[in-house]
Amino acid sequence: MIHVRLECETDFAGWRQAARRLIGGGIAPRDVMWSVGGAADLFGAGAPLPDDTPAAQFTVPRGFLRLAETAFLHRDRERFGLLYRLLARLRAEPGLLSIAMDSDVARVEGMAKSVRRDIHKMRAFVRFRQVEVAGAEWFVAWFEPEHHILEANAPFFQRRFAGMKWSILTPEASAHWDGETLTFGPGGTRAEAPADDAMETLWRDYYASIFNPARLKISAMKSEMPVKYWRNLPEAALIAPLIADAERRAGEMIAHAATPANPRPHRLEKAALDAEQADGLEALRAQALGCRACPLWAPATQTVFGEGPTDAPVMFVGEQPGDQEDLDGRPFVGPAGRLFDQALQDAGLERARAYVTNAVKHFKFEPRGKRRLHQSPNPVEIRACNTWLAREIALVRPRLVVALGASAAQAVSGRAVRVGESRGRIMPLEGRDALVSVHPSYLLRLPDAEARAREYDRFVADLRLAAPYLAG
Amino acid sequence: MDLRRKLSILADAAKYDASCASSGTTRRDSLSGRGIGSTEGAICHSYAPDGRCISLLKILLTNACAFDCLYCVNRSSSNVPRARFTVAEVVDLTLDFYRRNYIEGLFLSSGIIRSPDYTMEQVVAVARTLRTEHAFRGYIHLKTIPDASPELLAEAGLYADRLSINIELPSETSLKTLAPEKDVRAIRRSMGRMRARIEEAQAEKRAPAFAPAGQSTQMIVGADGMDDRTILATSANLYGAYRLKRVYYSAFSPIPDASRLLPPEPPPLVREHRLYQADWLMRFYGFEPKEIVAEGEGNLALHMDPKLAWALRNRARFPLDVNRAEKGELLRVPGFGRTAVERIIAARRVRAVRLEDLTRLKVPLAKAMPFIVCADHRPGALLDRTDLEVRLAPKPRQLELAL
Ligand code: SF4
Repeated sequence: MIHVRLECETDFAGWRQAARRLIGGGIAPRDVMWSVGGAADLFGAGAPLPDDTPAAQFTVPRGFLRLAETAFLHRDRERFGLLYRLLARLRAEPGLLSIAMDSDVARVEGMAKSVRRDIHKMRAFVRFRQVEVAGAEWFVAWFEPEHHILEANAPFFQRRFAGMKWSILTPEASAHWDGETLTFGPGGTRAEAPADDAMETLWRDYYASIFNPARLKISAMKSEMPVKYWRNLPEAALIAPLIADAERRAGEMIAHAATPANPRPHRLEKAALDAEQADGLEALRAQALGCRACPLWAPATQTVFGEGPTDAPVMFVGEQPGDQEDLDGRPFVGPAGRLFDQALQDAGLERARAYVTNAVKHFKFEPRGKRRLHQSPNPVEIRACNTWLAREIALVRPRLVVALGASAAQAVSGRAVRVGESRGRIMPLEGRDALVSVHPSYLLRLPDAEARAREYDRFVADLRLAAPYLAG
Repeated sequence: MDLRRKLSILADAAKYDASCASSGTTRRDSLSGRGIGSTEGAICHSYAPDGRCISLLKILLTNACAFDCLYCVNRSSSNVPRARFTVAEVVDLTLDFYRRNYIEGLFLSSGIIRSPDYTMEQVVAVARTLRTEHAFRGYIHLKTIPDASPELLAEAGLYADRLSINIELPSETSLKTLAPEKDVRAIRRSMGRMRARIEEAQAEKRAPAFAPAGQSTQMIVGADGMDDRTILATSANLYGAYRLKRVYYSAFSPIPDASRLLPPEPPPLVREHRLYQADWLMRFYGFEPKEIVAEGEGNLALHMDPKLAWALRNRARFPLDVNRAEKGELLRVPGFGRTAVERIIAARRVRAVRLEDLTRLKVPLAKAMPFIVCADHRPGALLDRTDLEVRLAPKPRQLELAL
C-alpha cells in the first residue's frame, strides 16, 4: 500500500504530480491510499512513494483535466482515488470519457456537476452587507459552501465587484478584495460577519411584493433554492408567512373579482386622424393600413403601400413585399429592391421620379423556425388586393405601367400572362401603355453566374423602354 | 410617499410580467474600469414561493397608465394605489441592490403617462444614467412603449441588453375587446424595427451593440377564449417574423380590482406549463407548431406533456432503435432530453447502449421504454396497447399549500 499525502483539500497540482509518478511506478489504484495534510500517519498503514519513482509522460483525452479539476473540489474524500482510477483506466480505454453511463465516469461527472452547481449557487446566494472599515465602505458576506469552491470562485466576484472592496467569509477559508488584489485567508465564523444591512428591509419588501400569491409552487422554489441555503438569505424569513397568507389573498382576489371602474380614469388625448385632410392617395394609403380583405394581413407586420410622386409618369408594380419590406413598411427595400435600384440606374432611370408598388400589399410567408419562407399569393388574394392597386393607378394616372413578374402582370391586366412571351414590348392597356418584365427576385434565384448576367442585361434592356416616359 | 411604499406598489404592479431572464448578452465585467457589474451566466438570486426566479429588480417606473386594458391591474379605471419613481430612485435602488448581490440588473417597465414618447424618454433616462454616469455593467432589460419614436428606441437599444414589447394577447380580436387602446400593428411595427436594428448591429462589426440579448415578448393565457393552437401559431409567427429570443406565456392571474369581463378563476398554471413545453419543442426539438396540437383539437392535453401526447398519436413512427436512429428522431422520444440524446450518440460510437445505461443518464424509463429498442430491450406489444396512455400519463397531484 502506497500512501500519498496532499497539501490541502484543493491541492490539485499535488495530486497530478503524484498520479504521474504512481502511473510511472505501475501502481494499481487499489494499492493507493490518499490523505490530506497532517504529519502523523493516522492509520499507520502505507509507505510513501519511493523518491526515485519516475513521473510517467503521457497525454490524457481532451476534457479530462477540466473535469478532474472541477470534481477535485468536491468534499468527498474518495475523489482522489476515484480520479486516479479513472486516469489509470483511460490509458487502456481512450474512449472512456464519452461513455457517460460508465459508473466511474458517471460518478466523477456527478461530482463535477455538484461542484458546478455549488459554484453557481454561491454566485447566486452570497449576500453582502456593508460595513465601515477605516472610514471606507467594505462589503462582507458569510457563506457556507458545500464543497471547496471559494478559491476557484473568488475571481468571479472580483470581475463583478471590481469597483468595491469586499470579503467573503466561509468556515474553511476567506477571500478578500481591496480594489487591487485578491487574497485568501483562514476561515471564520458567522459572528465575524455583519448581522444586518440597511438595504435588507427594502430587499424584503421587494421580495414580498414580487411574489404572486395566486401561483403558489413551493416545490419549484425549493428545488432551485434548497433549504440549506436559507439561513443566510435575508429574504428567506418571509417564505413561511407569505405561503401561509397566500391562500387567503388569492381567495380574496377571486371573491372580490369585479370592482366598479374608477369614475375618473385618465385617458390619452387621441390624436385626430389627419387622413381626411390629406389628398386622395394619402387617404387611400391610410385606409389600406387597416385592410382585412384577405387573410394575408393577419400574420404580417404591416401593409406595404406604394410610394413615389402622386403624378409619376411611370408606375412599377412588383408581386408582393418580402421579409425586409414587411419590417420596413416600404416597397422594394430588400435584396430584390437593391437589385432593382441597380438595374434602374444601369437603364438610366431615376427611381425617385417613378411610383413603386406591389400587386399584393402584405407579405405572404410560412414561419419556419426563425425564418419566414416566402410564398406566392394565390389568385383570390391577388384579386382581393386589386382594389388598392386599381385605385392607385386611377389616382396616379401613370402613362406607363411596368409589371414585374407574372403575378404583377396578372394583377395589372386581369388575366394570366406568360412573361416570356410578352416581355420587352410596349402594349396598350386601357388607355395607357403597359410593359411586362421579370421580377428582380427571379434574377436572384438563378444559380449560375453566367445566366444571371445574361438575364440581368435583358432586364435592364426591358427597363430602358420606360426611359422616354420618364424623360418627358 | 416613502421609498418603501413606492417599491412595494411598483414591484407588486410588475409581478404579472413573466419574463425574468438575464441571459444571452455580451460578456462584460468591471475589472478594467471604475464601474460595477458583469454579465457572466444568468444567475437567479432568489426564488419566490410561486417558484419563479428573481434575477432582476423588476419594477415599473410608474403604475399610473392612460390606457384601460382590462386584464391589467394598472389600467386607468382601476382603483389601485398609484406611485411613481424618480429616475434617480430607480438608479440608486438598482446599484444598491446590485452591490449586495441581490440581483443581476434591472427590468424596467412602465405605465404609459402623458404620451408614449414622454414615457419612453423616462425609461431610457434610467438606463442612460446607469450606463454613462455609473458605468453599470450589469444586465438591463427595458420594456419599450408601443410606437414610441424610432430615435428613442434606437437609444434604448444602446443601453439595454434586451428589449421587449408585450404582444399581450394571441389574437387581434381579443386585444380589441380587452385592450381597446392598444394597437397590435403598432406593437408589430416596433418589433419589426427592433429586429431590423438588432440585425444591423450584428452585421456591422464595429457598430455599437444594439440590444445584444435580443427581444422577447409576453402573451397572457386564459384571459380570452383563444385556444393553444392559436397561441402556438402566434408564437411561431413572432419567432419567424421578429427573431424573438423568447415568448413568455403568463397564465392570466386574477388581479385585485378586476374588471367584470374577466374570468374570476385561479390561473391556468398547468396550461401555461404545457405551452412552455410546446414552445420548447418548436425551438429546440424541430417540431412544427401544427403537429404539436392534435388534429381536430384546439388545446394541448393537460394530463401529459406534449411530446408524449405527440408520440402516442404517432405510434407508427416507433419504436426507434436507440443505437441507430438519427439525432432528430431520438429527440422525439418521450423522456429523452437534449443532453441524454447527445450522450447516447457519443457513447454508441464506442459500444452498444443498453437499458441500464439509460437509467444512468436519468432518462425516465417507464415513459421511454414503449417507444425504443436497444441492445437488451424491445417494446413488443407494449406500443400497441390501447391502455398505454393511461399507463403513461402521470396521476394528478395534490395542490401545493404547505411548506
Ligand atoms: S394583401 Fe391586400 S387585400 Fe389582402 S389584406 Fe393585405 S392589403 Fe388587403
